[in-house]
Amino acid sequence: MTQLVVFNVFNGLIIGAFYALMALGLSLILNLSGVINFAHGGFLAIGGYLAYTLIPYLGFWGALVVSPFLVAGIGLLVERLLIRRLYGRDPLYSLLLTFGLAFMIEDGTRLIWGAQSLPYQIPSWLSRPLSTEFFFLTGYRVFMVLLVTVAVAALFVILNYTRLGIRIRAGTLDLETVSLLGVNTRVLRNLNFGLGIYLAGLAGVLASGMLGLQPTVGDNLIMPSFIAIIVGGLGSLPGTLAGGVLIGAASGITTVFFPSASEAVIYVMMAAVLIVRPRGIFGEEGRF
Amino acid sequence: MPKLDKRAADFAVWAVLLSAPFWLPLIGGYVELGSRVLIYALAAMALNFLLGYTGVLSFGHAAYFGLGGYGTAMTIKFLYPSTPLAMLVGVVVATVAAAVIGPLIARLRGVYFAMCTIAFGQVFYYIAFQWSSVTGGDDGLSAWQRQPIHFGFATLDILNNNKAFYYFVLAVFAVCAAAMAFLLRSPFGRTLLAIRENERRARFLGIPVDQHIWASWVISCFFVSVAGCMYALLSDFIDPRAIRWDQSGTFVIMTVLGGMRSFWGPLIGAAIYLVLQDYISSHTENWMSLIGAFFVLIVLFFPRGVLGIIGRKVAS
Repeated sequence: MTQLVVFNVFNGLIIGAFYALMALGLSLILNLSGVINFAHGGFLAIGGYLAYTLIPYLGFWGALVVSPFLVAGIGLLVERLLIRRLYGRDPLYSLLLTFGLAFMIEDGTRLIWGAQSLPYQIPSWLSRPLSTEFFFLTGYRVFMVLLVTVAVAALFVILNYTRLGIRIRAGTLDLETVSLLGVNTRVLRNLNFGLGIYLAGLAGVLASGMLGLQPTVGDNLIMPSFIAIIVGGLGSLPGTLAGGVLIGAASGITTVFFPSASEAVIYVMMAAVLIVRPRGIFGEEGRF
Repeated sequence: MPKLDKRAADFAVWAVLLSAPFWLPLIGGYVELGSRVLIYALAAMALNFLLGYTGVLSFGHAAYFGLGGYGTAMTIKFLYPSTPLAMLVGVVVATVAAAVIGPLIARLRGVYFAMCTIAFGQVFYYIAFQWSSVTGGDDGLSAWQRQPIHFGFATLDILNNNKAFYYFVLAVFAVCAAAMAFLLRSPFGRTLLAIRENERRARFLGIPVDQHIWASWVISCFFVSVAGCMYALLSDFIDPRAIRWDQSGTFVIMTVLGGMRSFWGPLIGAAIYLVLQDYISSHTENWMSLIGAFFVLIVLFFPRGVLGIIGRKVAS
């Protein structure tokens, strides 16, 4: 029984880490630009597929480093060419645009890499279990949790201590004033979008090692990421992080006692938060 | 637009719809396509009630569309083979669900409202997908048929006669369109417009804004569920894809394409979208990319929609 509980809670935490990684990217873009990026799951899939293509040339570690940057590059381009035109307009339009993008990316990956699930090689020493009692505790899973932790820590260091990060946070509060102070907000939003997409790409490389690689790999992650943002509170990055881990752990614990409700529990949590505290756990009042 | 023009436009719309089964086959269409356009048009017009006339962005209308469809399908399959009863069950189930979820989201605005409607919509998708012993899961609900409607003095055979089914859909569409037009012209509808134009001012005038948004949401979901019932009847089939978020996106793009804030806009949008989709999907397997590109192009170059552009030309 302990084993089962530990297994599911740990599993929930891993999934929660993915939700958080994805939701942080979504949240960054939403906070600064007011755009809900529906194509986020698509960028995640691109990250996984690019890594798959790069592994024969660069090895697993090389692909892990390079692929998210390539995805971020695509993100910068997409923002520059398409999304930039919609700032300041009704949020309806950016929603529809990223919606169309999500369709195009899903179909595009299917066209290039095929609809079948692809095998994804992770180093064999990483896929070995660490202990015989807790057989599910493979090196890869521990490694994933560590890497997500490092990535999230790095994100918060960037946001708190670098010039770019401070400008992003300031822009989230009041973009007009930041612009008046001489910051090029077009570039700022562009880089911020790239940063968000980088996180999606990183999540894609990691998730493909665990969930396998199909064009729809992002689909199952994007809805919980929305919920992570709603539960954590719009406008708050620590809230988003907490929301992701929270719903991951909650669905893990529910799996132990009532497996068929593991999906439902996160929606129940969302409903509860909306009833008790509509702005989310860490959300600011009156932001939306 | 002058009043006379509006009358003429209404007359033209009804003339086209009433005669559609006769000229559609002549230009390479088919009667089912006409029925499908009407059904989607009703869904998009219902969405427009909320989106265009109340100014609230819902991206989760597919849920109530699908609930209506599943209610209809399950009633005919498991309970009692009667089309009107099945539609009644579908509409009641969907409207009650919307009424219950409404208070949770009526306080939210803008993107936040959109996100929450999407997320709540997915709940029903997962239920339809996972609970396969009842809903048929991914395979959907088949092996049932819409039933002829008995009026006592006559029977409308919508099962075997395509044209009869088309006119049945048109009749329901007409009643719903008239009801929406009536509501929009009533003081209640005018209040919704006031909320859309300036929510803060409406609040200062003492209008209970959240309650009005809740009511508008429920009305909108009611009409979308009627469309969902007929969608299930159209092909005697329903599957979870009718509830998924991409279906909600389809309703929104139809509304935008035809022209938000104009009454007949969603009808025109639905017609263009479905004809195009019908054509593309019969010519290429990669219709998804093309539809996606279509979304992007509309947003970038055509955001006012067909009627929005015509209205602007007329005004200038």
